[in-house]
Amino acid sequence: MRDERPISHVSAPVLALLALGLALQIGLRATAPEPQAKAQDLSRPPAASLLRLASLGEPIALAKILMLWLQAFDYQSGSKMPYRELDYASLEAWLARILELDHQGQYPLLAASRLYAEVPDETRQRSMLDFVYRQYLRDPDRRWPWLAHAALLAKHRLRDMDLALKYAAALQKFTTVKDLPAWAMTMEIFIREDMNELETARVMIGGLLASGRIADRAELNFLDKRLREIEERLKRSPPEKD
Amino acid sequence: MLRHILPIARYTLLEALRNRLLWLALILVVAGLAFTQFLERVAITESNQIQAALLAALVRVGAVFMLASFVVTSMVREFNDKVMELLISRPLRRSSYFLGKLAGYAAVALVLALIFSLPLALFATVPRVALWGLSLACELLIVTAFALFCVLSLTQVMSALAAVAGFYLLSRSISALQIMAANPLPDDPGAGPQLVNFIIDAIALLLPDLDRMTQTGWLIYSAPPAAELVRLLAQTAVYVLLLCGAALFDLQRKNF
Repeated sequence: MRDERPISHVSAPVLALLALGLALQIGLRATAPEPQAKAQDLSRPPAASLLRLASLGEPIALAKILMLWLQAFDYQSGSKMPYRELDYASLEAWLARILELDHQGQYPLLAASRLYAEVPDETRQRSMLDFVYRQYLRDPDRRWPWLAHAALLAKHRLRDMDLALKYAAALQKFTTVKDLPAWAMTMEIFIREDMNELETARVMIGGLLASGRIADRAELNFLDKRLREIEERLKRSPPEKD
Repeated sequence: MLRHILPIARYTLLEALRNRLLWLALILVVAGLAFTQFLERVAITESNQIQAALLAALVRVGAVFMLASFVVTSMVREFNDKVMELLISRPLRRSSYFLGKLAGYAAVALVLALIFSLPLALFATVPRVALWGLSLACELLIVTAFALFCVLSLTQVMSALAAVAGFYLLSRSISALQIMAANPLPDDPGAGPQLVNFIIDAIALLLPDLDRMTQTGWLIYSAPPAAELVRLLAQTAVYVLLLCGAALFDLQRKNF
């Protein structure tokens, strides 16, 4: 405990000065406009090498803080609508830079596929899905969940089956992790089935069952049942056109 | 009162000169200019803007660091040499001593702001450099007053410097923290985000908005509007007033 005199020793002018200063400071700050991140303030990011220099040897920490900063742009509570105001080219460039700083980080791709790709603007949705696809190709085994989500968005939101098929096919082709769930593994098959490419879907299910990649009994039964259903449909319908 | 304040301010300024603080400032300017010359050779375009931006950022941080270090170490030396105790044993008010020291350090701050602004005129127009320099002077005045307040309260080099560094970094980043805290995820229903937001807003009320001062954009893009300058001057006056009140409050309670 410091050896101090009681407050009564402080002169009245000093107490008044302190109180006045505090009141003015609070008043000044309270009347200042609230800081806001406006969409138009999002400029192009600097080069990755410059960001690395600025990180002072902590690129991962910088990537994390940059992601939180980026997310604050026009993210109004309860509404994702204002994302439409963002310059998506700059946004993509920032996300790419953040991934360059921290290539194992998942946050940028989560934000790309779940926040920025869900705006009600098809052009922006497509550009963000394409960004997710390009980034997936750089590290398929780590980034497959975001491409799977992109495939679902393409199928259900954009109703672009060709795009969904492209993503699902990439997922099937490039992802090599052993614990890839069956729903992701079979995504391409079911999209082909929805597109009425029954013969291809049948061959793919057969191949998947024969490959031994599916070990779960229930999954095997489900796929087997689906295979038989497709074969039934094939018998009833005319052959596919090439 | 002035007859006590002015001599103290004068010997504080003299101490800065004898400590070769101004030489150090000139060395920093020369090093900064050499660095920007190097950048000019590697930049494909906007070389003037790159030079201005990087030199401004370098000297801004350099000025704050030099000034805070000088204030803290000079005051601690006075404590250790018992100069302060000798002075206040004389018929001299504690407030006169404090205001004399503050005036001396403020003069050093203004000289540093001038030294660090002048080389920027090589890369930006003089009116813009003048506005930037004015803002730097205001920022340095706040840092000076805060460093003096910290060292009078804490009386240790390390703790006072750490407090100044924390204050400066927090003041420069508080707006970004406010933006992040004000925009929680929409599906977070708890009271936590509101509480965090409230705490950060409360802290922001007590800090000067240094992040709006001395912006590099004023040098290379456009000068600040008049309202912004008025606000900057008002913020400086109010915050220095507050810090004077807090430091005098602490000084008058101190037992020697």
